[in-house]
Amino acid sequence: MTEALNELGAQIEAKRPDCVVAWDVSFGELNIDVTPSNIAGLVEFLKSDQNCKFSSLVDITAVDYPERGKRFDVIYHFLSMYRNQRIRLRAAVREDEMVPSIVDVHPSANWFEREVYDMFGILFSGHPDLRRILTDYGFRGYPLRKDFPTTGYTEVRYDEAQKRVVYEPVKLVQEYRQFDFMSPWEGAEYILPGDEKKEGAN
Amino acid sequence: MMDGSKFDDGSVDALSGEQKIRNFNINFGPQHPAAHGVLRLVLELDGEIVERCDPHIGLLHRGTEKLMESRTYLQNLPYFDRLDYVAPMNQEHAWCLAIEKLTGVEVPRRGQLIRVLYSEIGRVLNHLLNVTTQAMDVGALTPPLWGFEEREKLMVFYERACGARLHAAYFRPGGVHQDLPDDLLDDIDLWALEFPKVLDDIDGLLTENRIFKQRNCDIGVVSEVEIQQYGFSGVMVRGSGLAWDLRRAQPYECYDEFEFQIPVGKNGDCYDRYLCRMEEMRQSTSIIRQAIVKLREATGDVMARGKLSPPKRGDMKTSMESLIHHFKLYTEGFHVPAGEVYAAVEAPKGEFGVYLVADGSNKPYRSKIRAPGFLHLQAMDHVAGGHQLADVAAIIGTMDVVFGEIDR
Repeated sequence: MTEALNELGAQIEAKRPDCVVAWDVSFGELNIDVTPSNIAGLVEFLKSDQNCKFSSLVDITAVDYPERGKRFDVIYHFLSMYRNQRIRLRAAVREDEMVPSIVDVHPSANWFEREVYDMFGILFSGHPDLRRILTDYGFRGYPLRKDFPTTGYTEVRYDEAQKRVVYEPVKLVQEYRQFDFMSPWEGAEYILPGDEKKEGAN
Repeated sequence: MMDGSKFDDGSVDALSGEQKIRNFNINFGPQHPAAHGVLRLVLELDGEIVERCDPHIGLLHRGTEKLMESRTYLQNLPYFDRLDYVAPMNQEHAWCLAIEKLTGVEVPRRGQLIRVLYSEIGRVLNHLLNVTTQAMDVGALTPPLWGFEEREKLMVFYERACGARLHAAYFRPGGVHQDLPDDLLDDIDLWALEFPKVLDDIDGLLTENRIFKQRNCDIGVVSEVEIQQYGFSGVMVRGSGLAWDLRRAQPYECYDEFEFQIPVGKNGDCYDRYLCRMEEMRQSTSIIRQAIVKLREATGDVMARGKLSPPKRGDMKTSMESLIHHFKLYTEGFHVPAGEVYAAVEAPKGEFGVYLVADGSNKPYRSKIRAPGFLHLQAMDHVAGGHQLADVAAIIGTMDVVFGEIDR
């Protein structure tokens, strides 16, 4: 399986050197890093090329890395039912950058791109109907960004006096609980007293 | 006014009769018995023909993916029961497979067989609900009553395995939580012997029923091209004649050892998908019986012992290391090596996948849940366009949407 994926990765890179930045096979899955501007062309190529035939779009999502300059990774998963293979495309984008929509190639991308926009605030150029999809009508903010609090900013309740549902800022009876269970010997960020001179402590 | 007139006191314009006829917009749901939960459809109708269909989803959005980022891998497992709450264990399976892929854990044979057994029970649970409630959407009342009786029995099997009827949390990374007692296997075997008769009864009610056929034949026809365009999976693909099943195409666990057929339809309409689901239940029953035969031979552990799984209760009483391990496992949780994987299972509704990005800590950095119903419902505008309003209910039924997984 892995050899076949290696072969496929090399083939795609040879045919589309302008799109492919890097590729690797890890955990038995083929990953291709691409530049966001070339995504639509590459997807079209993957769909129509006889050796690829990645005609089913499985998923589009994004991952937020706030510490990076190119903050988001937009991830595309494709499946070929004919070749029985999967592929993953990764495109790193800046916060202010727009990603070309692939709705023209895969109509199923419509809701996925809406969801990515809803959750991360990434804009897709050429999308026919880029509305929010999962969050409430009139929602603000992008919930799956790492700087968005899990509790959110507003909460709703039914107001008996006004006879309607009202939105209010979140009030928590106690602090949102985030315990640090990490072992002090592995994984912890801080330096234990007395360990200052240990290797890697500074 | 919604019916096109301008005044609600009954008065009319002087030019009455010459106004252009406008299309009619209606809201379908969110509180509609045929909406299968909280679906709101904004339908644009030309007479009784659906011109445009805009599903508004997210009314059951609970932010599962966000919540998962602040919880350990094990704490995240029960969220999967709450996605597609019709067949809970199939979802857990995808999560466990993703973790096992990253950590490289091999599940012991008995654990694999129990997973197969309960995945198939989940498939029967789902198809029973879907087939019978779809029949209810098109006017039959008896099938759900009969189907739910069988679902009840299956949920008792869930309960006897893990203590919960729905939110099982039974599949764990590395295997399953507890072993099955022998008498439970006997009872499941007995049920699997009797179940085909119940299926025959439901079959007799529906398959040749004139009304049921009129409401389902040639409704919601899906072609091979549309399957690719709209990313369908599961029965939505097989109903149109493509024998695509992840259990066969990309086998996980020990599905490659089992003998089963993949039923396919011919016309790709609602009726063929109904027939596929009925046949899949028969195939699942056969897999259940095969799994029980194999389970009687395969004795041994049900969980890979190691960092991912808790120590045996007896060890904890004598060994300090086991006690520490138990404590650390349920507080800090286990660490998963950095990397990203996509793991998919053939859930009853289609391809249910988890895209997991791990950063080496005890919590997932990002997990994306790929629900089959999301794509199916997305094609609603395309599939329902040109159909009558009454067919919308049949199409929602055949797409097998459950809002737990679509809204997440």
